[in-house]
Amino acid sequence: MALKKVSSLRSTLVPRAVLAVTSAALLTATFASGCSSSSGGNGSTGENLTGRGPITYVEGKDTTETGAVKQLVERWNAAHPDEKVTFKEQSNDASQQYDDLKQHMQAKASDYDVVALDVPWTAEFAAKGWIQPLKDSFAIDTSTLLSPPVASATYNGTLYAAPRNTNGGLLFYRKDLTPEPPKTWAEMISMCPKAKEAGIGCYAGQLAPYEGLTVNTAEVINAFGGSFVGADGKTPTVNSPQAKAGLTTLVDAYKNGDIPKEGISFKEPESQNAFVTGKLMFMRGWPSSYGDAGSDASSVKDKFGVAPLPGKDGVGASTLGGYNAAISAFSKNKATALDFLRFLISEDAQHIVASGALPSVRASVYDDPALIAKMPYLPALKESIASAVPRPVTPFYPAVSKAIQDNAYAALTGSKSVDDAIAGMQKGIETAGS
Amino acid sequence: MGVSARAWVFVTPVLLALAVVIGYPVVRALIMSFQKDSGLDKATGMFVEGGGAGFSNYTHWLLEQCTNSLGETVDCPTGNLGSQFWTAIGVTLLFTVVTVALEATIGLGMAVIMGKTFKGRALLRAAVLIPWAIPTAVTARLWEFMFQYDGVVNRLFGTHILWTADPWPARFAVIAADVWKTTPFMALLILAGLQVIPEDVYEAARVDGASAWQRFWNITMPLLKPALLVAVLFRTMDALRMYDLPAIMTQSNPATRTISMLVVDQVRQGPNSASALSVITFLLIFTVAFFLVKVLGANAVRTQEEQREAH
Repeated sequence: MALKKVSSLRSTLVPRAVLAVTSAALLTATFASGCSSSSGGNGSTGENLTGRGPITYVEGKDTTETGAVKQLVERWNAAHPDEKVTFKEQSNDASQQYDDLKQHMQAKASDYDVVALDVPWTAEFAAKGWIQPLKDSFAIDTSTLLSPPVASATYNGTLYAAPRNTNGGLLFYRKDLTPEPPKTWAEMISMCPKAKEAGIGCYAGQLAPYEGLTVNTAEVINAFGGSFVGADGKTPTVNSPQAKAGLTTLVDAYKNGDIPKEGISFKEPESQNAFVTGKLMFMRGWPSSYGDAGSDASSVKDKFGVAPLPGKDGVGASTLGGYNAAISAFSKNKATALDFLRFLISEDAQHIVASGALPSVRASVYDDPALIAKMPYLPALKESIASAVPRPVTPFYPAVSKAIQDNAYAALTGSKSVDDAIAGMQKGIETAGS
Repeated sequence: MGVSARAWVFVTPVLLALAVVIGYPVVRALIMSFQKDSGLDKATGMFVEGGGAGFSNYTHWLLEQCTNSLGETVDCPTGNLGSQFWTAIGVTLLFTVVTVALEATIGLGMAVIMGKTFKGRALLRAAVLIPWAIPTAVTARLWEFMFQYDGVVNRLFGTHILWTADPWPARFAVIAADVWKTTPFMALLILAGLQVIPEDVYEAARVDGASAWQRFWNITMPLLKPALLVAVLFRTMDALRMYDLPAIMTQSNPATRTISMLVVDQVRQGPNSASALSVITFLLIFTVAFFLVKVLGANAVRTQEEQREAH
């Protein structure tokens, strides 16, 4: 082959090779950043602490009727023209929100400054070093807030996020069948014959095998004095007589038919539908069901009331829902982000939050007569949240939740005894993360 | 420049592109599957890199072994995804065998009917395709509603079965929905095979006095075999990676958790051991495909050659 030809061949090949290698390198970089397991303590939490400027606030779709999140952002922007907040709206789906945040954090991207975290994600984001610990110069004043939401934002003794809004379970009951709501599980079960007389189911929650089952199981176990993990977020503590008593209560209620047979296929929509169509005497639900139960289409419109969840001897232990707002460790303007967090928990902002029917993290808001007139469930909800327990605060939350769900489901369906199911949860939490 | 050199110039970019988009992710998954997922440092409560894992990600799945908080190797407890590997394999294979067998049989029947000439044939052919045209997610929701406790199915038969919650009813429900959804696809592929069989072969057989059953068994079936095998191969591959139908219809009911659902659940908990699971899944599907093509496919080719010789 003549020299000229070789060189011409090379000139054709080289740009292609360069192109190919570059694209391969690019892809590698994208994949590596997207896939590699990340480590904590990467030092980013000490950077940009004094940075000020425009920031981006990331949260799932704002579904409140009042557009609460947009109102919050507008209120802030009017007062801080140089440090404007842009609202980046994610999808409505919690797992898509989680995946989106995770990808941005693994890529150490600085385009998300303040992120809204569903309560159970907080510990994992903290343990991976993705969010700024709120201590020393970054401390925020949480003394005026309800303490369970603050506990949900705390990992390993350090606060990692500002509780933005909270949520608690309520017992919806039929006023026409029982004028007084039951205070305890035993009392509630003793009222079940009345439901039978009326030809309807007695109690239902959300017992299908999904996150709702974790919530419902945790509530009854916590109400009887049980717990799941120790303060370190890893040591399992569920194998206790209290936890067994709690789960037994739920399993017995299902076996005795106090929870209708179809109850183990109920998620939020099914349980709400059963209550709204008058097929249930008691339902465990979130405040968001209140509107539907009270609407004109509901057959229990003026016949229902709400109360805190029943417990062992008194008010039960609701599982805490809600969102926490955290500062990304990779943010460039952390000082502004910190001010924004302080704004989010302020009286003013929390009033906007509460008006949007997102339960506030400030106790005082629940006593506002104007809000109570609009949302009559607020006093019951305040009581519910005051005695609420956060979901197990652990960086392995998905695995722990799965261990709780699968074992509780096995106990409900009778394929495992309560003792075995509790022992299974204990072992499941022990092996979480392997 | 020689012809072969020029050929390489044209082919190289494509090869590189293929290496990047196919080779790279596969190699990457393989490498990841030999690394430990990041774990928690007890002292700080922060995550640290896991380091090399050897084959532990594979034994985690294949032997259902987990590591507890003391670092000991124990059997994976219920609730840990590791304990669901063999159940998921079993469920996946069950779905594959049952749905493909039913779909092939019913599809064949539908194709034979659609192949006949009668009034309204075009309408029937279009109508049959409707279930196939509906997105799987919608199909899943549709059947979920029908199988609800107070849904159509229970009312129709006067039963009180928890179709999506109890193990065997849930499996039955998923199979029913899948058969409803994909039989038309089978029917169409088989119909295409039916229509290339020349009519004169049947005529000749009729003249020779072959009964309808003999014509079906001795003419239709052998000549249909290649098309049928392609259809079965396609559906088997599809069924082995089934995800959306059970995921939407029965949620995370452990009784209907397929291997793909397990991979997706595991990705959330640890990408490296999810990679090991993906590799195992890939090998499983590859083995089944290889077996089908090698054993049954060779058979199909031979039948065609025999046919040609016979002509």
